[in-house]
Amino acid sequence: MSPDTFLRVLGPRPINIAYAQPSRRPADGRYGENPNRLYKHTQFPVILMPPPSDIHEVYLASLDAIGIDLSEHDIKFEEDNWEWPVGSAWGVGWQVMLDGQEITQFTYFQQCGGMDLDPITGEITYGLERLAQFLQDKDSIYDIVWVRNPRTGKAFTYGDIRLEEELQFSVYNFEAAEVEKLWERLRLYEAECQDLLASYSDSFSPTAEKLAERRQKIHDRLVHEGKTEPPSEDVRAAQRRFPVLGAYDLCLKCSHLFNLLDARGAISVTERVGVIARIRALAVGVAKAYAAQQQPLATSH
Amino acid sequence: MNFLFEIGLEEIPARMIAAAQAELARRIEDVLTRERLLDSGHETHSYSTPRRLAVLVSGVNAAQADTQEQLTGPSWAIAFKNGEPMPAAYAFAKKAGVEVTALQKITAPKGEYVSAIVDRKGRAASEILTEYLPKELAALYWPKNMYWRAGKPERFVRPVKWLLALLDHAIAPVAFAGVHAANLTYGHRILHGDAALTVEHATDYLGVLEAVHVTADVELRRHRIRKGLDEATRTIPGARWREDEALVDTVTHLTEWPSVLLGNFEPEYLTLPEEVLVTVMRDHQKYFAVEDAHGKLAPYFLTVLNTQPSEHADEIIRHGNERVLRARFNDARFFWTVDQKIPLTDRVEMLKSVTFQKDLGSYYAKTEANLQIAERLAEIVTERGTNLDKPALLTAVRLAKTDLTAELVKEFTELQGIVGGLYARAQGLGETVAQAIYWQYSPAAMEDPIPPTAEGQILGITDRFQTIAAMFSIGLEPTGSKDPFGLRRAANGTVKILAESGLQLKNSDLLSIPAHIQSSIIEQLLGFFRERVDFYLRDVRGFSYDVVNAVLAAGFDDVRDAIARAEAVTAVRGSEDFVAISGAFKRMKNILRQASEKNLWEGANDRLVLTSLLIVGAEKALHKKAINLVFEVEDRRVRYKYREALEQIATLRPHVDLFFDKVMVMAEDPTIRANRLTLIAFVLGSFSSIADFSEIVAG
Repeated sequence: MSPDTFLRVLGPRPINIAYAQPSRRPADGRYGENPNRLYKHTQFPVILMPPPSDIHEVYLASLDAIGIDLSEHDIKFEEDNWEWPVGSAWGVGWQVMLDGQEITQFTYFQQCGGMDLDPITGEITYGLERLAQFLQDKDSIYDIVWVRNPRTGKAFTYGDIRLEEELQFSVYNFEAAEVEKLWERLRLYEAECQDLLASYSDSFSPTAEKLAERRQKIHDRLVHEGKTEPPSEDVRAAQRRFPVLGAYDLCLKCSHLFNLLDARGAISVTERVGVIARIRALAVGVAKAYAAQQQPLATSH
Repeated sequence: MNFLFEIGLEEIPARMIAAAQAELARRIEDVLTRERLLDSGHETHSYSTPRRLAVLVSGVNAAQADTQEQLTGPSWAIAFKNGEPMPAAYAFAKKAGVEVTALQKITAPKGEYVSAIVDRKGRAASEILTEYLPKELAALYWPKNMYWRAGKPERFVRPVKWLLALLDHAIAPVAFAGVHAANLTYGHRILHGDAALTVEHATDYLGVLEAVHVTADVELRRHRIRKGLDEATRTIPGARWREDEALVDTVTHLTEWPSVLLGNFEPEYLTLPEEVLVTVMRDHQKYFAVEDAHGKLAPYFLTVLNTQPSEHADEIIRHGNERVLRARFNDARFFWTVDQKIPLTDRVEMLKSVTFQKDLGSYYAKTEANLQIAERLAEIVTERGTNLDKPALLTAVRLAKTDLTAELVKEFTELQGIVGGLYARAQGLGETVAQAIYWQYSPAAMEDPIPPTAEGQILGITDRFQTIAAMFSIGLEPTGSKDPFGLRRAANGTVKILAESGLQLKNSDLLSIPAHIQSSIIEQLLGFFRERVDFYLRDVRGFSYDVVNAVLAAGFDDVRDAIARAEAVTAVRGSEDFVAISGAFKRMKNILRQASEKNLWEGANDRLVLTSLLIVGAEKALHKKAINLVFEVEDRRVRYKYREALEQIATLRPHVDLFFDKVMVMAEDPTIRANRLTLIAFVLGSFSSIADFSEIVAG
């Protein structure tokens, strides 16, 4: 889950953002042979924090804006509550069904990174392939016209652009990826992320022990340099430059490695809970650090 | 007056609507009743769509009746001296809000007191509803709710969009979740649009909505859906739509303005088993299946739309749905084909990596345990005369869980067992094996049938019993409210199979399987199974609770036997003799209990009745009759002639009546007393092996 969603919903600034987000699910790879299922599809999440009171109406208007005349279709909002266990994130909402096909996930986030959100976020995630398939009336995703050359009128299809990738990544995910190396990388990224989070914690919410250690260091340096004033610590600046986003990047790498291992069938049912918990610990740590980073600092020294 | 209340929301989950609608109506009615605002002829109606809950109550009074309340004050002697009011009188008058001159004297048991009659003006309905309705709304139960406003001031199922509250023409200013009531409502999002509508008078409600394509009456919507399904199917000669009450309910709660659309799929998909096709249609697409005149699945489906399409739109919508279904059927067919590449027999090893439960290990381990149990049960039932294909049974047990590794089951988990059976058949393992695997999870609910073959029944009992015993042995037995592993349901299924299968198996057979259950767990299991047999006899077979108590007290090891005994007791319980016997046995039990409490009786142990100590004619007669009767009753009991046995026991009545009439059980002489108590214990003990009659309740 992109940091633009996962982290920005923690606030405090209101946001209205939208972006195209490729979503990789290795277990859904079908070697390019299934006309409806992809290893990688593109979502278009729209993040509204706080959500406008007429969000439903605006959503329906957006469908109209992309050429879906709702008077000619059957639209239903069916209960579907999104969750991302690894990110300790979940919400309440609907899947939007258009003529029997799900085209959008509509969620009011309640928690992210283990924290209650206030204000909540409204997330409307459009399924671009589904919508394009719907609008162009294609039976196979691969037949979707991606673009037409404006001069020659030649069409480039989704298959022209993505079929190779679907095929090759299915091979990689299901056959070629080396399980031991995947585990190794997972451990490496996890350890690095943990170290970063620990160092953030030590710097900005230190234990009494660490504080004393730091004071002692400053004192020693003063004595050594013959000064009487300690240098001004711009703690705030230090906190803001700390690479929490770097830590989140590592966390996402762990999450993707987990998905790859899962696609290879390398994670037993018993192990699964444990691995998810480990990655969740990283995500929650990142969320906490980010949220603290966004708040005005309460100085303790 | 009529009170109309509507709360408008973003789409409520279909599964939650009916209960919430009913609860809201009940809460509003309760408030009105409690506050004395309802006429004797009042009526309450409730309505809902995915976007609203509404209640309409007629016979509401505009205000409460004025009442008078009598307040009691200090004693008269303190309040008035020589007829003159004292400070106490003034204080009380002030508190009551009346003039001192209006105070009266009343006489109470404790003496004379001051009292005042206070007029209470009735409050207006509008005021009362405005005060109480928000609390009632906040208290509504939702299986899952959310918050949406900053600071989380309330939780509700979905964001609240509008409130409508009318007493006839007048708006009641109810407020909830930052929304204030008006006289506006909203129509179908697509067919009408977002413009608000005014409801002038409470009774206009349904008509106003119907005009903007919202049918708020749930039963009317349900009826329209059923009618639509009938009409659409009629266009196909000889066809019927497959009844599915639960699905009809779901789609009723997914629509504001339903219509039905008929679609079709390529007949080539009918080569897939019906179970697979119907699961895809029903569970994933909420479609109704269509069958031909012979009950076979036809290449059509019916879907309920939340709109009324033009002919042009109808075509578009049908096309979209058909495409989705085709894609899903393709997936199912893909999985089916891929799965055949690894036959069930080759999947047994794979069960080593499918966890059954984290402390009990894999399904491979469970299968091993199941095999041991099934072996033993097979021996037992064969000895007792059942015709069994033992090799087929053991094959079925060994392969029963292999379908958990199949792609089709991973995609459609509700098809566990069913897919295993279908694959077994397709892979040539024989009908017996296939049927046993197919039916292993039935019955799930008590209305479901038991497996139709002996092999299937034994597999069903084996698998459930192994799960129950294993979970109990690691301390995971169900508690009062928690049964995460569905052990009660598993035990219910076991009891139902034992009761209805004709296999001569008893609980003790299951519990006797060696090296299988620690003895410390057996007590718990017995108690657990007793509960389940009780449930079966009462809730499924419909025997009355006292008959069940009586029968179980005499034993519950053999479920079919317990049923036979329950039938016999039910047949005779109404007879006068029987009522008398039950009463007498209760009395005897009480006497023994009281004697024991007074330390005058330590139990019958091996004591015999000494005829030499029987003095009174009535006790001699009872003893003699009882001894003769024991043979008569036993003779019939061992031949399972319970009703006759009970009728024999009934002949004890005059002797028992006479005994209680003439004999003083708690005699002064300890040896006589002990002998009489022994006699009573002997009677009780001899005739309680069919049922404990003292449990039968008179009337």
